[in-house]
Amino acid sequence: MAFSVVVVGTSWGGLAALSKLLGGLPADFPIPIVVVQHRGKESEHLLRELLQDTTKLTVCEIEDKDPLKACTVHLAPSNYHVLIEQGFVSLTTEDPVRFSRPSIDVMFTSAGDVYRSETIGVVMTGANEDGARGLRHIAQLGGRALVQDPKTAEIPIMPAAAIKAVPKAEVLPLASIAPRLVELCQQANQVARLKTV
Amino acid sequence: MAVQIAETLVAGDAPDRNAPNYKPDLERIEIELLLEGVFRQYGFDFRAYAYASIRRRLWKRIEEEGLKSVSSLQERVLHDPQMMEKLLLDLSINVTAMFRDPGFYMTFRQHVVPLLRTYPFIRIWHAGCSTGEEVYSLAMLLREEGLYDRARIYATDINEVVLQRAKAGIFPLERMQEYTDNYIRAGGKKSFSEYYTAKYGGALFDQSLTKNVVFSQHNLVTDRSFSEFNVILCRNVLIYFDKTLQSKVHGLFYDSLITFGVLVLGSKETLRFMQHEESYQQIAPPEKIFRKVR
Ligand SMILES: C[S@@+](CC[C@H](N)C(=O)[O-])C[C@H]1O[C@@H](n2cnc3c(N)ncnc32)[C@H](O)[C@@H]1O
Repeated sequence: MAFSVVVVGTSWGGLAALSKLLGGLPADFPIPIVVVQHRGKESEHLLRELLQDTTKLTVCEIEDKDPLKACTVHLAPSNYHVLIEQGFVSLTTEDPVRFSRPSIDVMFTSAGDVYRSETIGVVMTGANEDGARGLRHIAQLGGRALVQDPKTAEIPIMPAAAIKAVPKAEVLPLASIAPRLVELCQQANQVARLKTV
Repeated sequence: MAVQIAETLVAGDAPDRNAPNYKPDLERIEIELLLEGVFRQYGFDFRAYAYASIRRRLWKRIEEEGLKSVSSLQERVLHDPQMMEKLLLDLSINVTAMFRDPGFYMTFRQHVVPLLRTYPFIRIWHAGCSTGEEVYSLAMLLREEGLYDRARIYATDINEVVLQRAKAGIFPLERMQEYTDNYIRAGGKKSFSEYYTAKYGGALFDQSLTKNVVFSQHNLVTDRSFSEFNVILCRNVLIYFDKTLQSKVHGLFYDSLITFGVLVLGSKETLRFMQHEESYQQIAPPEKIFRKVR
């Protein structure tokens, strides 16, 4: 079974964690990545540039109906929620959910709804509990749940909440998340090849 | 209250759609049937709205009613007009703010106002104006630039309830601090507090700001063009439509703009892949202000 999307959520301390994660992925990482990083209302251009400097993937800020692309990191804009659709993303201005817009839960839930077991959800450092419900939704639908080991997180609250909500999640030190994503995607390819033989 | 709404929005605990044997394709059929039924019974056409958002809003209603599936909601909605009214409120997302994206208003002042000065009379259309915050904001800007008296402003929305609120011009006092900050960053030339007085438990805005404004119901999906405009603003409305419907509404805007007229979209919207993309030039990127050039 191949994966169709990797969704990543982080908050406080996220820039460093994202840099490490995205920096560890090869330029040809084939699964589209969608990132929600909580932040202030008007800081997005800076964040995109900072992240772009750390990775060989292309980092772009999401605009409405952008197609999901391989080798690309789609970054949620500030002040909008991101909804994953079949092959693209939509934006909405609905009220913040648990004080967050963009909300990790909203984005994760929509990803799970569309891609179900083809979804990989990753929750990393943060000082609130956003992401836990969304990750549980993904896991319930057969998707993969990865969580940064709270011990390696700048702020452990968010990953700890995610582990509590999804006890069977894979808990990994920050440095191991990127290699694990590469591995998952290679395994998926091998299975796919076996099937076509 | 806010927290309670937030809880239901995530819909992580829905009974049926979490089951491993749940069939998303079947759900899609159910949703399409429901929207078809709503259109034929009540005339509201949500059939080409963006799917993820519609689905999210429908499940919110399904859960609040203690139902289990889209089909069960369909049965209720088709037989009970009151349920339709509830659903209508669920499906309309009216979040807005005064001087939302201050950078846009600043750019409008710098790049669009000079163009508008060249016309003796200007017609402006706010399509999907919601509760009117954007209309009042632009009215202040036009007044400060000395253009208000030659402007005729049409403010439309599909939703009657929000239009009534827009007409009343009373906005929550607790947001005035945020709006004042926005106003300053938008290049406001006065003191924001001059525009409102605390009254009726809210901030009542200067009624002369709506002297040249006509509020009226208009559905972008089913209604036609009703005039020719120098400026059309449609911000954060088309994000709720699928691409086919977006393209159709862009046709309506194109037909309703004079040559060299200005089209304004929300800050994360584009004309990419739209049939009319080539007809516009973007003025002052990254703001989504486009000029019809052919
Ligand atoms: C998120 S609000 C945008 C308000 C404002 N333009 C802004 O950017 O702050 C979206 C508005 O679009 C309206 N709308 C949705 N579908 C519509 C349609 N078919 N025709 C006209 N208005 C519509 C909704 O009622 C809602 O008030």
